[in-house]
Amino acid sequence: MRGTTYKIFKYTLSDLLRSRWILGYALLFAAVSGGILYLGDQPTQAVVSVLNLVILVVPLVSLVLGLMYHYANRDFALLVLTQPVHRASVFRGQYLGLSLALALAYLVGAGVPFLLYAIGNPVDWAQVGLVLLAGTLVSLVFTALALYIGVAHDERVRALGLAIGIWFSLTMIYDSLLLLFIILAEAYPIDPWVIGLSMVNPVDLARVMVLLKLDTAALMGYTGAVFNKFLGSNLGLLLALLALLLWILVPAWRAQRVFSRRDF
Amino acid sequence: MFLRRWFFLIWLLVVPVWARTITVCSTCEVRTLRAAFQAAQDGDTIVVDGGHYAEGHLVLKKSVTLVGKNLPVIDGEGKVEILTVKANGVTIRGFEFRGAGVNFVEDQAAVKFVDAERCLVEKNRFIDNFFAIYLQRSRHCRIIDNYIVSNAENELYSGNGIHLWNSYDVDIEGNYVAHHRDGIYLEFVRDSRIVNNVSENQVRYGLHFMFSEKNVFRHNVFRHSGAGVAVMYSKHTLMVDNRFEYNWGGASYGLLLKDIDDSDIRRNVFFRNTVGIYADGSNRTSVYANDFVQNGYALRIFANSMGMIFMYNNFLGNTFDVTTNSTESYNSYLKNYWDKYQGYDLNKDGIGDVPYRPVSLFAMMAENYPQALVLLHSPLVQLMNQAERVFPVFTPKAIEDDQPMMFQILWSKSKPSPSDTAP
Repeated sequence: MRGTTYKIFKYTLSDLLRSRWILGYALLFAAVSGGILYLGDQPTQAVVSVLNLVILVVPLVSLVLGLMYHYANRDFALLVLTQPVHRASVFRGQYLGLSLALALAYLVGAGVPFLLYAIGNPVDWAQVGLVLLAGTLVSLVFTALALYIGVAHDERVRALGLAIGIWFSLTMIYDSLLLLFIILAEAYPIDPWVIGLSMVNPVDLARVMVLLKLDTAALMGYTGAVFNKFLGSNLGLLLALLALLLWILVPAWRAQRVFSRRDF
Repeated sequence: MFLRRWFFLIWLLVVPVWARTITVCSTCEVRTLRAAFQAAQDGDTIVVDGGHYAEGHLVLKKSVTLVGKNLPVIDGEGKVEILTVKANGVTIRGFEFRGAGVNFVEDQAAVKFVDAERCLVEKNRFIDNFFAIYLQRSRHCRIIDNYIVSNAENELYSGNGIHLWNSYDVDIEGNYVAHHRDGIYLEFVRDSRIVNNVSENQVRYGLHFMFSEKNVFRHNVFRHSGAGVAVMYSKHTLMVDNRFEYNWGGASYGLLLKDIDDSDIRRNVFFRNTVGIYADGSNRTSVYANDFVQNGYALRIFANSMGMIFMYNNFLGNTFDVTTNSTESYNSYLKNYWDKYQGYDLNKDGIGDVPYRPVSLFAMMAENYPQALVLLHSPLVQLMNQAERVFPVFTPKAIEDDQPMMFQILWSKSKPSPSDTAP
């Protein structure tokens, strides 16, 4: 069983690492973050810009590439399933291969420019490391979501539409609703709610995680006790990490269940 | 005439012979400071060789030089003021003063000068005192190379490291002050210089001016305090070449300006403060060639500040560059470098062709709804900021740098201009 997972994982990963899409994705990231670093001459500002890519581009690319790969390899998966193998391990192998390929592409694309820039320039590795970690986790979350959508839908157009809808809701609509809530409920003690609500959305989680290291000074300016407890210590970072892990495990587990039970 | 001149010269040579040296130590003839003070005459030197002296409250009324050898400790045992000096020309060098007692009626200090001239406090250690060095109605004094550390935890039970009241022409140089209420406090002080000090971890402010004028502070470091420096109700203060770092917290500032006029802030570095400069009712003050790096808010300028000029400053990696509480502004921003500037420079003169508006919509929003800070760097927020930059509705139009620099200003490599010298 373990052998199956590993074989499928190895095949998926090597297949994907040779794909032009993944290469293009890594190159795009390298070009953009390298450009920001060398043209902007401010590493902190570059971290913010890469963070923006992590928030907008990484979820979208993970969803779309994940779905594309899933549909392109559906026949392969069906062929494998005719063999005496455990369905869950086939799924796990595919998920691990796909998410690792996307995460690697992101890490290389975003990380290498910082490494090159670090030769001769001061770089705050805590900030850069956190952005790289956040992007990796976001890749894992949205690959899991992509596979969940993919295994549950036969029509790829519908699945793609759903994916883009989820992406837009999580990156834009969710935040505007949160902002609206803050403005409307300003007179009430909403601090715990605001923190709780920003912990629900994986994109916000990644953003807040980086924020805690990047903009500590500004965040400390607000004297709310709950905020300070959450933002002023490593507690916030830890909670955000745990919540992101949940966001990876729950969709992946759900997708695996659907994959194991459905009738192809 | 000739004879008189000779007589004067001979007199000069003879006088030092009259001045005696009294040595105090555990095996000497004189074993207490009190006895030494009694025996001494003006111009004498008292050398204290080691030992631990807890003699209650000492009062010195003679112009003597106190020299500590092998770091003698003078102890107030947490009860009393240790040494009160009421004479001119007193020097105190090489002692450790510890345990001046907390008192809510009187400001008890380790060393207090009252109505004194030409005092010198040099190379001493002050440990766990309520107030450490206290000058009251004194002038022409120098406080140099002292190490001053206390254990302050709240404002009520703590005093200031170096406290000047109603004094003038004082040099405070090369001291290290930590864990007091205010590191250095000046009230009704004029014509004084504060140079090369390090003041950190104060409960309240690193350096605090009240009702003072024509003072200079330069080359100091202020960090980890409630506010690095607070300048209040003061005029003509020159603030040059200082570092303000890591002043973090709910009400923390690098430099707090409250009702100050006609001052100069030049070539300082503000690094990682919650607020770089906070100006409330500050007029005709120029902020010139400073670096604001990675602060929460680089500038927080209230609308009751007028005639301030912000020029040739670098704004790098701050969360917010400028915030204010009004859509009006009577200050000018010119030729600063803003790292968030997105304009272009077609004629290549190094100055951006479109103005920069440093107050973002989200900054205004965070001012009113602080919880919204959670949404910092959200794509939504960036979209809102961009829209507002194109069509400003909510942000103050008056706050605008219409000649933003395209490149960082390297003032640190230029030579200081002549106007920076002490007044």
